[in-house]
Amino acid sequence: MSSYSITEPSSRQKWVAGTLVIAYAVITLLPLVWILTTGFKSPVDAIAYPPKVLFEPSLEGYVNLFTTRTRVSPEQLQALPPPATWYEEIVRNRDMVIAGPSRYGERFLNSVIIGFGSTFLSVFLGTLAAYAFSRFKVPLKDDLLFFILSTRMMPPIAVAIPIFLMFRTLGLSDTHLGMILLYTAVNISLAVWLLKGFIDEIPREYEEAALIDGYTRFQAFYKVVLPQAATGIASTAIFCLIFSWNEYAFAVLLTSGTAQTAPPFIPTIIGVGGQDWPAVAAGATLFLVPVMVFTILLRKHLLRGITFGAVRK
Amino acid sequence: MAEVRLSGLTKRFGDTLAVNQVSMNIPNGAFVTLLGPTGAGKTTILRLIAGLEQPDEGDVVIAGRSVVKDTPAQRNVAMVFQQYSLYPHMSVRENLAFPLRSPLLKTPEDEIDRKVAEVAEVLRISHKLANKATNLSGGEMQRVSIGRALVRDPSIYLMDEPLSSLDAKLRSDLRIELKRIQESLGATLLYVTHDQIEAMTMATHVGVLDRGGLVQFGSPREIYENPVNLYVAGRLGQPRINVLPADIFAGAPSGAKTIGLRPEHITQGEGKVSQVRRVEHLGDQTRLHLSLDGHSVVTLSDSHTALEPGDTLAIQPRNPLFFDASGARIS
Repeated sequence: MSSYSITEPSSRQKWVAGTLVIAYAVITLLPLVWILTTGFKSPVDAIAYPPKVLFEPSLEGYVNLFTTRTRVSPEQLQALPPPATWYEEIVRNRDMVIAGPSRYGERFLNSVIIGFGSTFLSVFLGTLAAYAFSRFKVPLKDDLLFFILSTRMMPPIAVAIPIFLMFRTLGLSDTHLGMILLYTAVNISLAVWLLKGFIDEIPREYEEAALIDGYTRFQAFYKVVLPQAATGIASTAIFCLIFSWNEYAFAVLLTSGTAQTAPPFIPTIIGVGGQDWPAVAAGATLFLVPVMVFTILLRKHLLRGITFGAVRK
Repeated sequence: MAEVRLSGLTKRFGDTLAVNQVSMNIPNGAFVTLLGPTGAGKTTILRLIAGLEQPDEGDVVIAGRSVVKDTPAQRNVAMVFQQYSLYPHMSVRENLAFPLRSPLLKTPEDEIDRKVAEVAEVLRISHKLANKATNLSGGEMQRVSIGRALVRDPSIYLMDEPLSSLDAKLRSDLRIELKRIQESLGATLLYVTHDQIEAMTMATHVGVLDRGGLVQFGSPREIYENPVNLYVAGRLGQPRINVLPADIFAGAPSGAKTIGLRPEHITQGEGKVSQVRRVEHLGDQTRLHLSLDGHSVVTLSDSHTALEPGDTLAIQPRNPLFFDASGARIS
């Protein structure tokens, strides 16, 4: 006997769905697996054809990512004292010595400062603006909201030259502040619109109840509205971080020395001593980590439904 | 607790006149019910008193002081919303403690614990204190919502149809409970409802509203027995008052257009002959649906009446109410 249910999928449906999900996962994850494995390959294995699925793992890519090295002659190498550390040994095997640390750590830190800084600023300003647009009678509200949205209607890079000139005049070129402001300007429209949608859904009765319970408007906002907007704030923060973390074009154009982020730096690794694909892949792998951690940390807030049911609609 | 006085309160929303020149005196310790259909301005009056809306005209005076310029917090009123409005990210205990923790009251924690326990006991939600506010039944949510008002000692409690979303059993239980709490606290309470049983049983005073205006204000008995017009007469009484042309019976005063007969205002066995159309046995009483010269009339009868549809019954008014062409009462 086979039973029919409208809520429980049949085993055939489950099988089809499972296959589709796995196929999708393979397609999307393959490039990531490629990068992850290449980071642990030796330079020879990295460019082997056909590609090696099984290989002897090596940390050479990571060592190269974090160091600068100089080539020495075999005689000079002989004259040196034995290598003190495991990474020195890896470098010596290639007839090189470590000349110093690379700038990857510094660039990575820049990415963290600029990415999280602009995310915080976008979400902070976006929440306040969205709350005002949602709750108050703002003159020309619809026009202002449209104007904010319209800043997204062209690719940001279209205004690269004016921004470049503006930054030069204002002394913002190659500064952390400049990049934070720029990414915030790009993200703020997304933040305002996303958050307004979330705040619109929070019934006003909560704030009214808090006002009557003896709180000020601002206290009602952060004690009652903010906790309920947590879902919206978390997802907005993730979107903002992903944009500013990955942004490449403006970073190339506007940063070079002090404020350069990781995206424009990673491709430069390739030029140091041949085509060092493992080092590039290692740089890319590490670069993925913060966004993944951030997303996983905020994942529980992405689940909707925490506010469901306390107000009868 | 305090006396609350409204004078000439008026509020417009765009072109709609939501509240029109409402003046009312809510004595200290009174249980005042505002009765009226949807859109009569009941909720708006509560919101004007609470400070959630600003009046276009008029004044709200609490304990002798005009509060129209005060924020809701400064007015020290407690309000129970129709839609519960429990803070969903907090537990029941935190919800009840929330008003006590406000910068206005800054209650010490041991005092908060005591008051929350006390109120939870009265409303029989002690076993739910640790629950999330969203993890409650409708009746429990509403009791928490009432409890959030009761933990405080405000000038006045404002309640906006707090029982409307509950089932009949819970509603009648809470009705009695609420009245008992109000009496024992000596609380001043303004209660909005469209349920006439709530209005009649709980209130010391009833205000009847029609299209934003206060039509009559008085004790429930006064409103029932001495309505100022046809509208008020129709708001109270179950079954509803019978409205017939005044000349259907002899003896109408001059100028009377209609006669209002409550079911108990009809003497059976003498007077004009009517036809029995339908007999409804409700157990404790029986309703007779009669036809009198083509007008339908409802009256009450002995629960074991032998009358059946098709029978005839003579009826005559007893202490009827007369109204003129505009609907105003003629006494």
